[in-house]
Amino acid sequence: MDVNKITELIKEGAKTLDIKKWDFGASFSNDFSVQIDKGIAKQLKASQKQVLTLRVWNGNDLVGITTTSDLSELGLKKALFQANLASEYGNKNEKIDFSPLSKDPIKSSNKIKINPSGIKKLLKVLRIAETDLLKKHDAIKSIPYNGLSESFFKRYYANSDGASRSFENSQAAIYLYARAQEKDKKPRSSGAVKIGYTLDDIDIDSCINEAAEKTISHLKYSPIETGKYMICLSPEAFLTLLNAFSSFFNARSILDGVSISTKDSIGDMISNPSLNLYDDGLHEENISSVPFDGEGTPTKRLCIINEGKLTNFIHSESTARVFKTTPTGHAGLGSKVSVSPDWLVVEKSNNSSNLLDKLNHEEYLEKYIYIEELNAIHAGVKASQGSFSLPFDGWLIKNGEKISIESATVAGDFKTLLKNIINIESNQITTTNGISPHVWIKELSITGD
Amino acid sequence: MVTTQYLDKEINFEHSNKKLLEDVIHYGMSLGADFIEIFLESTDNISVLVEEDFVTSVSPSFGKGAGIRIFKDKRDGFVSTNDLSRDGLINSISQAVQMLDIKEPNNYEKFQGLEDLRNYSKRKHDWLRNVPSVDEISEKLLLSTTSLKKDPKVNIRKSSYARNWQQVLIASSDGTFAKDIRLHQTVGLNVIATDRQYRSSGSRRFGSSDNPNDLRKWDYENASNEVLESSMNMLYADYVEASQKPVVLANKFGGVIFHEACGHLLETTQIERGTTPFANKLNQKIAHEAVTAVDEGLSNHSFGSLSVDDEGMEPERSVLIKDGILKKFISDRAGELRTGHKRTGSGRRQNYAYAAASRMRNTFIAKGEYSKEELINSISDGLYCKSMGGGSVGATGQFNFAVEEGYLIKNGKLTKPVKGATLIGEAKEVMPKISMCGNDLELAPGFCGSVSGSVNVTVGQPHIKVDSITIGGR
Repeated sequence: MDVNKITELIKEGAKTLDIKKWDFGASFSNDFSVQIDKGIAKQLKASQKQVLTLRVWNGNDLVGITTTSDLSELGLKKALFQANLASEYGNKNEKIDFSPLSKDPIKSSNKIKINPSGIKKLLKVLRIAETDLLKKHDAIKSIPYNGLSESFFKRYYANSDGASRSFENSQAAIYLYARAQEKDKKPRSSGAVKIGYTLDDIDIDSCINEAAEKTISHLKYSPIETGKYMICLSPEAFLTLLNAFSSFFNARSILDGVSISTKDSIGDMISNPSLNLYDDGLHEENISSVPFDGEGTPTKRLCIINEGKLTNFIHSESTARVFKTTPTGHAGLGSKVSVSPDWLVVEKSNNSSNLLDKLNHEEYLEKYIYIEELNAIHAGVKASQGSFSLPFDGWLIKNGEKISIESATVAGDFKTLLKNIINIESNQITTTNGISPHVWIKELSITGD
Repeated sequence: MVTTQYLDKEINFEHSNKKLLEDVIHYGMSLGADFIEIFLESTDNISVLVEEDFVTSVSPSFGKGAGIRIFKDKRDGFVSTNDLSRDGLINSISQAVQMLDIKEPNNYEKFQGLEDLRNYSKRKHDWLRNVPSVDEISEKLLLSTTSLKKDPKVNIRKSSYARNWQQVLIASSDGTFAKDIRLHQTVGLNVIATDRQYRSSGSRRFGSSDNPNDLRKWDYENASNEVLESSMNMLYADYVEASQKPVVLANKFGGVIFHEACGHLLETTQIERGTTPFANKLNQKIAHEAVTAVDEGLSNHSFGSLSVDDEGMEPERSVLIKDGILKKFISDRAGELRTGHKRTGSGRRQNYAYAAASRMRNTFIAKGEYSKEELINSISDGLYCKSMGGGSVGATGQFNFAVEEGYLIKNGKLTKPVKGATLIGEAKEVMPKISMCGNDLELAPGFCGSVSGSVNVTVGQPHIKVDSITIGGR
């Protein structure tokens, strides 16, 4: 359905129910994906999705909400009716309003309209990728987890005050996770993910090569002794930790008491002064970039940590009101508006004289553990307590030799980890989750066999 | 309570649409499909959140959609849509046929029409009217957070409720024609306790299916006492040292380890992928003889129970492991087609946007003969895992689970609480080490995320003893 028609129907329906203030966010998507097993198409999938979240304000300025995938005239009427009912239970302790920035200009994005490649082409490309990856090493027996997808989506935000925003984009992704096994040894698995705006943007060869290199490099493995080790975190691993503990700069989490920060933490030295951290949803490398958040606030670059000092929290309209600041473009529309980061960018600050520059993962040969990827984040991170205990894929580097670690977990305290940064390498790497260099930590606890 | 209504031109959930569905299936078969399944869904959900002493969120949602799956040989194409009109379904079928590149001759004659409707929803139409109102729910949740005030060190108190009502209609070219209504309700409690630099958290979730009155009977006082005790015990706990030790896993949610580490490896999707070490172990010993494990969808009001699965088959009781011997895999339609293991009524999906896959329902280790005390008394140096957190299983079968509430065992007795423990291992190595099973089997509700989305399940076990396992710590 046309979004202008949806807006008109909501406007009319609201009038009938005497609802004077409302807003909504809607998304529409068409997704296509394929999976294969040794050349044979396993599951081919196409989906058309639509979802609308509607908020209304009642006479007492309390907010009610409803989410629906039924965008028929009847469905929208029902959504208005239910949201109006729900507003009777609106949160009396937290005032919610439109974002004061919901009509500010947003970064225009004139993406060229791309047509879907089609399932047949996706299938053909994935078949070739699977074949090429299997050929990379005799030990690679299968690619049990694989997929190639294209998604075309539109986002809207509108409110009764006349704000209206829309954005359209596409995204394609490939993932290849290989399983390798040598005689009398345990199976090993690793893989790679690459994304782009369209199928043609994805560097399929680099995905194949990365998946092969990672998988093969884990074939020679060994258990590791339990103890404390110096650690080098890959860009992916460091960004994973920052995202898992992002409640430390999330105003919603702070107000809810589930953050390790408090309202007064701005200005605190929370890490080695060599660290700068930004949230930059509009970064040109961010394929998932959307120029406005769920409340219509423009997305923007925000400095979170400057030379080790916590400088900003991310906000929705309501948390910004409490903190007497402006929304930062990080809100997700909901009965209780959520706040989350977009795209983290880590860099070495100008205040980095205390770093040990000799620690470079490509050159340093003394004893340390290189953590390539952290797993089971949902289970092993206690964000409200600042602690983590996570399985990982990685290597022990010792006397110039690099041996894959059979099975181990890394445990520590996030605040201590930030303070124990001993080097931030210069080269920033772009990942699917953000940008970061390799980051070295003085020591963390490792549990092996 | 407002319920979903349908436009005249849309397929609805009543028997009167049989002819329309038959026409749509015939259309797909005439294009050369081997098999067609149409899954129609309508939902009506609500969630309520209470923080401290206030209702802070009431979120209703509703929706509808169709998932259409076509098989050709062993390949399948799946299309989902919110367009439930006849044209919408025909378009989706055409899209699925096109995806599979079907050029074979007409299979129109293979479809003999739909059977009489198997209506599992007959006595369920009033459920939506009989569930507690938002006022009732709010009152109960507020009572639960109030009862968490007993200790001033508890500074975050949350209570939440979710009700999911789902109506489904399944029609497929083998004649399957079934209708059902499902109702799931859950309530959860979360606390965070703090004292100076010390912090602990505790949580519990309760839930049931197909019982509108269940929340009315929820013993919030007992629940809040349980979560309060847990968080207080863990507030000043030291970090556990990493080690290799025997452990006793508590009953109820302790079963999450079996579910994640072994249960998933017994789903036919894992055989298809070649990622289970048990693929060729049918009728072979894979666990200690003390272990019998079951997956079923029949227990009254259990969170993973079903009247009919999402492929129109009634669920069965599947004994997966009997006295340590692997007896059965959990299978769906695609699993039967591709692996030969008979369907078990386990074809499940989160909603219409997912194709069904072989998924667990109520999965548990059967009770044994020992008391909890006998298990603990048998250990001189070990860990008692009273409450388990989440976990994960890697592509090669390695699992990792957080212990939310743990106590050291010294000389057969529980001693001090410890935090930060994780259990690490591999199913095929740990299953033979489950040497004792207690006599106190209990089930606990949970949500399982996998290939076909998040589905409601129960996990369960009696207290069990694992002779040796790696304990991650500091």
